[in-house]
Amino acid sequence: MTFPEIAWVQLTPVIIMLGAAAIGVLVEAFAPRTSRRPIQMFLTFAALIAAFVMVVINAGTFEVIMDGAMAVDGPALFLQGSILLIGMVAALLISERTIDPSGDAFAARASAMPGSLDERQFTARGYFQTEVWPLFMFSVGGMLVFVAANDLLVMFVALEIMSLPLYLLAGMARRRRLLSQEAALKYFVLGAFSSAFFLFGTALLYGYSGTVSFTGIQAHITAQPQMLGLLLAGIAFLVVGLLFKVSAVPFHAWAPDVYQGSPTPITAFMAAAVKVAAFGAMLRVMYVALGGAVWDWRPVFWVIAALTFFVGSIIALAQTDIKRMLAYSSIAHAGFLLLGVASVSREALAATMFYLVTYGLATVGAFGLISLVRNESGEATSLDAWRGIGKKSPAVAGAFSLFLLSFAGIPLTAGFVGKFSIFASAAAAGSVWLVFLAVLASAIAAFFYVRVIVVMYFSEPTEKTADVVMPSWATTGAIVVGVAVTIALGVFPQPVLDLAMSANIFVH
Amino acid sequence: MNVYIPILTMAGLGGLFALFSISIAPITGPKRYNRAKVDAYECGIDPTPQPIGGGRFPVKYYLTAMMFIIFDIEIVFLYPWAVYFDTLALFGFLAVLLFIVNLTIPYVYEWRRGGLDWD
Repeated sequence: MTFPEIAWVQLTPVIIMLGAAAIGVLVEAFAPRTSRRPIQMFLTFAALIAAFVMVVINAGTFEVIMDGAMAVDGPALFLQGSILLIGMVAALLISERTIDPSGDAFAARASAMPGSLDERQFTARGYFQTEVWPLFMFSVGGMLVFVAANDLLVMFVALEIMSLPLYLLAGMARRRRLLSQEAALKYFVLGAFSSAFFLFGTALLYGYSGTVSFTGIQAHITAQPQMLGLLLAGIAFLVVGLLFKVSAVPFHAWAPDVYQGSPTPITAFMAAAVKVAAFGAMLRVMYVALGGAVWDWRPVFWVIAALTFFVGSIIALAQTDIKRMLAYSSIAHAGFLLLGVASVSREALAATMFYLVTYGLATVGAFGLISLVRNESGEATSLDAWRGIGKKSPAVAGAFSLFLLSFAGIPLTAGFVGKFSIFASAAAAGSVWLVFLAVLASAIAAFFYVRVIVVMYFSEPTEKTADVVMPSWATTGAIVVGVAVTIALGVFPQPVLDLAMSANIFVH
Repeated sequence: MNVYIPILTMAGLGGLFALFSISIAPITGPKRYNRAKVDAYECGIDPTPQPIGGGRFPVKYYLTAMMFIIFDIEIVFLYPWAVYFDTLALFGFLAVLLFIVNLTIPYVYEWRRGGLDWD
């Protein structure tokens, strides 16, 4: 019997991340309460940086490792790097402790009943939870595997490692705890449901091809175009599981509630990193494993993409809560990204990856800004509370406007370059009419982004207007990174576009 | 297009079966109510009496049950490995060792955090 050779070097980013997470659990078990936080923070940032360095060192690798279970190639490394960068800025937001007078963004003890005497006592004693850090590291580790998974079972395990910690983290907000727990429950129940779909799709595709490896499935599609029923049903179920994670219509209903209820640093991480990881995985499945059946799934993706960007843009118009509005905006962005998936070309792959990294870093920055606008009950996310913020804090309003303009795709922001390259590649792939619809949806979306800017600048502060809190260097750093990337990649995108273009081939 | 017909038929049959089951159950099913049957389902604890708003309930049972599941899964994996111990050789042994180490980490966490103290 031969045993798979372990590709230690190529696996180091994953090993570092998951290993650090396991050590983090042991720190929770043995370290004294007061020293846990510094140890966990050191562990998290050290692991993120070390994993990123290893991804950079591995750049240029182009091979299938672990007996075909994982692929290390351009897209995998590019997306792993993006996830780690987004993880770093999101970890900065998680570490923030100065903007809320009672501690960080997480409940003193998530087990205490909301509004109970216990909860008040725990808060008064200044308790805080450091389990957040290992959970965060596990989730990042799962994402690193997710974008590199080259067989359906590894992909499913990675999906669960990524998602399970997020379900927990979503329910740990310090303020508005019932909303947060509702978010966690909805995310968990619907997420588990969609995982079941994914698993069922895996089973059907195994029934069709007798293998779970992407390469095997692809070879089977090319060689034997029979038993198409199993193949089509398998694709359908698999895609439902993945579309849920990227919150595409009609699997988007969880997103607004979960975005609104989760602690804002977690919302930032989830909105940015999960999108990168899930689109990375979806690109690999659709391009590598199911590329041969492209004419069976492409029309479905066209319809879902169009539905997603229209529903996202139009419902966002009616939102009066900033976090919910950004949730619908992220749904619309998922629609634009689906255009890239449906185009099935190397240009589209590069464009989608570029879009993901710019969207991700801008999203973390935008949620970082949301966490600064507060009143006495915590974050003030209603649009009324943002009235006239531009007069109270020009810096916050300016940075937020920049992110909104980038989301809207205004030239000289990274969002424009991302949108332009995705639309261009979709048009080149022949779906010009869909690009017209996407531009129309972008115009609708621009309306509600600009409406927020108008609210911030062109109205006087009222007594409902919230205060802007000065953050520590951590949140400031995350926002500055977002702003810098949005401007730099808007004005001078070529190096990153080139990087994405050089990394746009999947290994088979 | 004919490959889609079996799929649509299957989906149709599935939907019909669901509709059939839901509509036939209230008609043919026996209706014998007792206390336990109308209670809310809780595994292992009395759902009533409880203070208003749910109140506190012990989570010890859940911790024990979860630990049981973890070790149960461990056995599920160890058993086939033991059967094929010779074939899997050193590679299999090291892999299982790593698996057990990984299982021990949450166990240690639970032990240190007092999950094993019943009182």
